[in-house]
Amino acid sequence: MTPKMMEVELTLNGRTVADRVEPDSLLIDFLRAHGCLSVKCGCETAGCGLCTVLVDGAPVLSCSMLTARAAGHAVQTLEGLQEEAADFVGFIADQGADQCGFCNPGFVMNTIALLRENPDPTDDEIRAYLAGNLCRCSGYDGQLRGIRAYLDSRKAEAKGGAARD
Amino acid sequence: MITMQTYVQAQSLEEAWQLNQKRSARILGGMLWTRMESRPVSTAIDLCRLGLDTIEETDAAFTLGAMVTLRQIELHPGLAAYTGGAAAAAVRDIVGVQFRNMATIGGSVWGRFGFSDLLTWLLASGAAVELYKGGVVPLEAFAAMPYDRDVLVRVILPKRPGAAFAYQAVRIGRTDLPVLNCAAARLDGGYRVAVGARPGKAVLLQDDAGLLARGLTEESAAAFGRWAAGQVPTGSNARGSAAYRTHLVKVLSRRALLALDRTGGDQG
Repeated sequence: MTPKMMEVELTLNGRTVADRVEPDSLLIDFLRAHGCLSVKCGCETAGCGLCTVLVDGAPVLSCSMLTARAAGHAVQTLEGLQEEAADFVGFIADQGADQCGFCNPGFVMNTIALLRENPDPTDDEIRAYLAGNLCRCSGYDGQLRGIRAYLDSRKAEAKGGAARD
Repeated sequence: MITMQTYVQAQSLEEAWQLNQKRSARILGGMLWTRMESRPVSTAIDLCRLGLDTIEETDAAFTLGAMVTLRQIELHPGLAAYTGGAAAAAVRDIVGVQFRNMATIGGSVWGRFGFSDLLTWLLASGAAVELYKGGVVPLEAFAAMPYDRDVLVRVILPKRPGAAFAYQAVRIGRTDLPVLNCAAARLDGGYRVAVGARPGKAVLLQDDAGLLARGLTEESAAAFGRWAAGQVPTGSNARGSAAYRTHLVKVLSRRALLALDRTGGDQG
């Protein structure tokens, strides 16, 4: 069988990207081929969350999405969300949660999605939202402590700001 | 890894059905299990342009398009209110949020997978499927049908006054496939209990022995659990033995029944 090549166009981190792909091209391969090397390939069975990207703002597994299906949509990777991520990744690093670092981009992408959806999550809500991101180094408590520390610092900052006002 | 010769976003259900008549064609759901298969696909048919990605609620029913994701089910306020949280409980431990943003009800139900949480819950809940050529078919009949070349268009969940639902599952780890799952529903005064991940696909039990005829109590629920354990065939795999699963049938069906009298939650 000769695959029928297709033209696809999508918005990648705010820029329009067009290319010719095979029908079974996966979004992860497309993204990496277009310079988004933060998107990592882990389990390839839709179970580890390493390849998490946002499609129209929703976190999805790019290892299991066809590029053709993403055509016409807005795709964001960590490369395009550096500023938003910078707010909290330091807190995660402070907890030593990033150890080997391989799972980190997926964790960060999903944390961005969590905080957009629920700006003040409980610990249980954080655990539930990040349950699809596997880490083989840290045992998950570090990530939780890091996010909690970020949320607490944000609250303290808001309180301080309100007091100053 | 699956290979595809052509990818088509169908413009109509008729086009999707026509394309799907070729044996090597394949309708795509969330692509999560499909992509792990190794067989070549001549035409991958995507229903994503057909407006089947919404949950519609009327006084009579919920209608869920085939492309509705598990995450939509998890977050839908109307489903949460009607099912007392059971709908969300049935999907919330399926891998992770990213997976549930992709997995579709159409793919899950069409697959009739043994491990399916959704099939178990929908079976107990009295749902039906709408097939493009086959029309509306009760889910218990659909679950027993052989795979054919029809197109699953929607899942219909009729609303019944005074209905109650509960969902229970045992997993080795939070995001793992269930060792056994069980859903219970009280519909029109009768009880329906579905047991899945046996590890075969879900089976539906009704109160044929009349054990719940005098109402739901600790004793009657326990009696139903013992009876159910004798009715549901179980098997062994890496997640659990047949004997363990049979024990779980007894425990989970009792717990699911008792949870029907508790409102809002206590699911899982």
